[in-house]
Amino acid sequence: MRRFLRPGHDPVRERLKRDLFQFNKTVEHGFPHQPSALGYSPFLRLMAIGTRSGAIKLYGAPGVEFMGLHEENNTVMQIHFIPDQCRLVTLLDDNSLHLWSLKQHGGTSELREEHRFTLKGPPGSPPSATQVTAVLPHSSREVLYLGTESGNIFVVELPSFRVLEDRTITPEAVLQRIPEDNCNRRSCELVEALQEHPKNPDQILIGYSRGLIVLWDLQNNKATHHFLGSQQLENLYWQRDGSKFISCHYDGSYSQWPVSSDNSQSEPLENTVPYGPFPCKAISKIYWQTTKNGLPYIIFQGGMPRASYGDRHSISVIHGSQQTAFDFTSRVIDFFIIFSSDPAAEFDDPSALVVLAEEELVVIDLKSAGWPAVHPPYLASLHCSAITCSHHVSNIPLKLWERIISAGSKQNIHYSSMPWPIDGGTNIAPDPPQRDLLLTGHEDGTVRFWDASGVCLHLLYKLSTVRVFLTDADPNDNMNTLGEEEWPPLRKVGTFDPYSDDPRLGIQKIYLCKYSGYLAVAGTAGQVLVMELNDEDAEHVVDHAEADLLQDQEGYRWKGHEKLKTRDGPVRFEAGFQPFVLVQCQPPAVVTSLALHSEWKLVAFGTSHGFGLFDHQQKRLVFVKCTLHPSDQLALEGPLSRVKSLKKSLRQSFRRIRRSRVSSRKRRGGGGNASEVQEANAKFDQDVLQEMELAPVQRKIEARSAEDSFTGFVRTLYFADTFLRDSSRHCPSLWAGTNGGTVYAFCLRVPPAERRMDEPVRAEQAKEIQLMHRAPVVGILVLDGRSTPLPEPLEVAHDLSKSPDMQGSHQLLVVSEEQFKVFTLPKVSSKLKLKLTALEGCRVRKVTVANFGSCKTDDYSENDLAVLTNLGDIQIISLPFLKLQIRYPCIRKEDVSGIASCVFTKYGQGFYLISPSEFERFSLSTKWLVEPRCIVDMPEVTSNNHVHKPGTENTARKS
Amino acid sequence: EFRRFSLERSKPGKFEEFYGLLQHVHKIPNVDVLVGYTDIHGDLLPINNDDNYHKAVSTANPLLRIFIQRKEDADYSAFGTDTMTRKKNVLSNVLRPDNHKKKPHIVISMPQDFRPVSSIIDVDILPETHRRVRLYKYGTDKPLGFYIRDGSSVRVTPHGLEKVPGIFISRLVPGGLAQSTGLLAVNDEVLEVNGIEVSGKSLDQVTDMMIANSRNLIITVRPANQRNNVVRNSRTSGSSGQSTESSLPSSTPNILGSLLQGEEESDEEDIIIEDSGEPQQIPKATPASESIESLSQIELLHESTQNGFLPSSEMNLNQSTGSISMEYEAPEPGRKSLEEDGTIITL
Repeated sequence: MRRFLRPGHDPVRERLKRDLFQFNKTVEHGFPHQPSALGYSPFLRLMAIGTRSGAIKLYGAPGVEFMGLHEENNTVMQIHFIPDQCRLVTLLDDNSLHLWSLKQHGGTSELREEHRFTLKGPPGSPPSATQVTAVLPHSSREVLYLGTESGNIFVVELPSFRVLEDRTITPEAVLQRIPEDNCNRRSCELVEALQEHPKNPDQILIGYSRGLIVLWDLQNNKATHHFLGSQQLENLYWQRDGSKFISCHYDGSYSQWPVSSDNSQSEPLENTVPYGPFPCKAISKIYWQTTKNGLPYIIFQGGMPRASYGDRHSISVIHGSQQTAFDFTSRVIDFFIIFSSDPAAEFDDPSALVVLAEEELVVIDLKSAGWPAVHPPYLASLHCSAITCSHHVSNIPLKLWERIISAGSKQNIHYSSMPWPIDGGTNIAPDPPQRDLLLTGHEDGTVRFWDASGVCLHLLYKLSTVRVFLTDADPNDNMNTLGEEEWPPLRKVGTFDPYSDDPRLGIQKIYLCKYSGYLAVAGTAGQVLVMELNDEDAEHVVDHAEADLLQDQEGYRWKGHEKLKTRDGPVRFEAGFQPFVLVQCQPPAVVTSLALHSEWKLVAFGTSHGFGLFDHQQKRLVFVKCTLHPSDQLALEGPLSRVKSLKKSLRQSFRRIRRSRVSSRKRRGGGGNASEVQEANAKFDQDVLQEMELAPVQRKIEARSAEDSFTGFVRTLYFADTFLRDSSRHCPSLWAGTNGGTVYAFCLRVPPAERRMDEPVRAEQAKEIQLMHRAPVVGILVLDGRSTPLPEPLEVAHDLSKSPDMQGSHQLLVVSEEQFKVFTLPKVSSKLKLKLTALEGCRVRKVTVANFGSCKTDDYSENDLAVLTNLGDIQIISLPFLKLQIRYPCIRKEDVSGIASCVFTKYGQGFYLISPSEFERFSLSTKWLVEPRCIVDMPEVTSNNHVHKPGTENTARKS
Repeated sequence: EFRRFSLERSKPGKFEEFYGLLQHVHKIPNVDVLVGYTDIHGDLLPINNDDNYHKAVSTANPLLRIFIQRKEDADYSAFGTDTMTRKKNVLSNVLRPDNHKKKPHIVISMPQDFRPVSSIIDVDILPETHRRVRLYKYGTDKPLGFYIRDGSSVRVTPHGLEKVPGIFISRLVPGGLAQSTGLLAVNDEVLEVNGIEVSGKSLDQVTDMMIANSRNLIITVRPANQRNNVVRNSRTSGSSGQSTESSLPSSTPNILGSLLQGEEESDEEDIIIEDSGEPQQIPKATPASESIESLSQIELLHESTQNGFLPSSEMNLNQSTGSISMEYEAPEPGRKSLEEDGTIITL
């Protein structure tokens, strides 16, 4: 650091730096990792999700988001909103209760923790005595009822969490009032459910785990009614008018119980096992919703026949003769129903079912026929198939934006048109400054286009490359086409599908030209697809070309996966990006770099064997260059065989050890020669084992050499119009950088537009630079005469960039993992460098040119390099003088996948995965800052709010 | 040309007198020469001051074989490029003016045919328990050949003895550079890599730093075996001439020069192949003539030079009478401005 602080400490520059750079983590996009609890407030119309890492996230109308984190990082077990307040209570798995509140501060609302509390029993009592199992926030807003494992129900005052000991409802007190022979102390163990009477706040319904249900009068401190279920109780639900309640049980049954004033004990009106008669799994939660037409909606979780469907995660909706079991691909955490919240309304009239599954949020529209799903504006399951790469494009032209949205809307016709039902709070953030696209490539061969302009990461369009290829899975095989008579009536919902048909389909590199609508996508099996945006469905043949990257190398055998088989004949593509040419690399190794020049109509691609250039206008391969070092066997064999061979060699060496032990016992004192061999073998095995044992803790120190593995791996490709041969004429050029620190430059001759189809594109190698430190080249950039990075293709043609300065001399910036180096062009001489690894021990993982604008003046902006290192630090390095400006710790260095997933935008923002399903958004710029700014106002509390509906705030859930 | 003459062993006199005698004997009164002698081990060692002159005379048994060489030949045929040598001399000159009062261009070094593979450096400024070892990777195909591991060492802190994590040498590959020097051993604790402390850094980080510096690796270790430490004579501290073991006589006097040279070499060796022609080393760019640009380059130089120095070297700087800025303020009259700029772009 010394060097950056001492000399050249220029106060003007320091001030400017403060106006330009600022680090903020602004918002988390996507679906929370490992959700564990769900809550909903019909009063605020906000939903809360808790996670296993102790995070709590609130969502309302699109753009309204709050996040809080419990200090303890413990699993959130339950979330309960306090009726008619901007407050909520969370229960963690360490049995602590936390009170959170939304308070307005500086014009926006903020979520803050107010109090924490852990229930303490009398000295000497077992921990189970105070283990909270059920929480009931009373509609008086003054107390919380806490049901415990011991059967005691404690009453605590809000917001102080003071225990009102005299009001504790003990099992003894309950049993006193029940003159029963078959009720004993054990009937009152573990409070499973607590529900307030919908009309009478002085009565609460207590459900004990063993089946006993008691209606307790708070005024007189006595049980007015008791109900004895024969099955283990799971949950309870009041009907809206308070005349009946419903209980659900461990054996997959539910019962309806009448509550009348005349009798204090009753038999169930109805006892049903919906998926009987064979043994069923538990129904863990149930809703009974009344409607105007008299037919109730019965909605419950679980209850499937144990033997055949016991592994399904289902929620069933029964409405008259209609019955559907929504089948989720991941475990259901919890669900709630959105229904009429007007206390005066006579009926529930449910409108939507909101289900939190482990990997996604699914909302079902209960008002429309067929119960279609609602497209969520946030909480997108980014990982519905694992993310394999991402690509960000800033400032999308409106035309392209609209075309992508229109292509996407055609894919979403099966979604409900219902407006998003969770719409609390107001988004007061300014409109996003520009339209940004985030493209994610997935393992299943799809590319998803996300609207990344604002706080809500919203899916615009999904592109699948699968149709080009023949795969084992029949694309017409649809899980939803079950016959009418099928029982149970399962219907698959949601988009989370972690299973890829074929890992070779995985997308590895994406490049979108926002001006021309050309998209290049490259995958795991060496496939490179070039696509064009078409607003109509079309059926056409995809042209094929092979690029043999090993052309001059003889005697090598690729032991990795085979290339994907392609479909013969014309293929039907839906509106959107449609592939028109497929370039297949041979050997079909993972494509490691990709570049597209839409103006020259050229696409360049690289693998671990070499790189090639393809003319997608003439559909002709221009050239290939093998970068493989002859001794590099690993690159040839492919990644799969590498794993295999390691396993194999381990297995063999163990076998050898065993064999040598056996044989030495058998042939003790045998021939001298044989025993020598054995000894040597044993010694070798020992060495192998020793090395294995030492491997995790020691590191080899060795200079890199040309013979190292994967030196030919092409890390970066770059098109530039620059001075490659002499300083008087500039020409198109292609630059490639490898893992072994080599940079190749090819001079390209692209025919003028009028003869573009007649003359071939020619390429000739002009330069090859070998960096002596041999670190992998991760970025190549040409700076023009004003030291500004060359503009993107077509940027100048669209008047969005100044044309580059072709008068002054150009400079070449080569970024390796260890150093930044500037060379002059056309004669390559080294001009400047910045060493990173040698001085700080960190390596460059990602590097991008970003434009930073000053927050003070509109007319100042500059280009700098945004760099992410393997230690998770972000550094900003000035151009063209390569001076470190500022450094921020961003990602934990242990979070390898987070670092690998990071993508920078052109305006100093970035994204990285904090879990398989969530992107963290960060900003390095003072000017471009996308973060939630929202406000939650207390709705007017209606006068008759004491006549309250239960079960809405109390999405009680057993642990 | 051979000459044989006698000296009185008990009264050898001053080096300058001896030098004059040599010039006289060879009838080359105005030619600058390098003087060397062979010691008892058969190594060629330089004679350029009173101390080593006395040493040479005292070791004569009974003959002292002296080699003299024309300065120009030795200088320019031996060392790579012109600028490099000049710069080195200039720097060492600045740092140790007393050593070079008379002959600023003298090269104190082994003949170039022998490339050093390793050296102990900075003995005069390091604690005796530490050893700073430089491994010269360039020019050999020998692997560096060692491994490092995590470990813990006991330190004396204000709170008493404390166990702190450290990085240790875990293995030496037989036949590797590290082993062949005999200066590094298993369980030596690594304290610094090229002047940067490793404490607080992870094993992977230190690995990356070592590999990034592998062409010119300087490791400061606390040897596990503390019995072979160089025992410093307090009388001679400050003079680096006596710092090394007898087998490494000549490397210390120009640490800084050789460090810089190493920097140079490890950095500027990038190779360019133009139009599939012959590989060439990439030259350094000549500075732009505009004053503004060259100003900024000087600023850059300033930073990076300071950064390029090891902390120890900076201590040297402080000890020496001049400061580094002298180099810029008072360039030698004979140097052309272009060469000066040549140094400036050393980044």
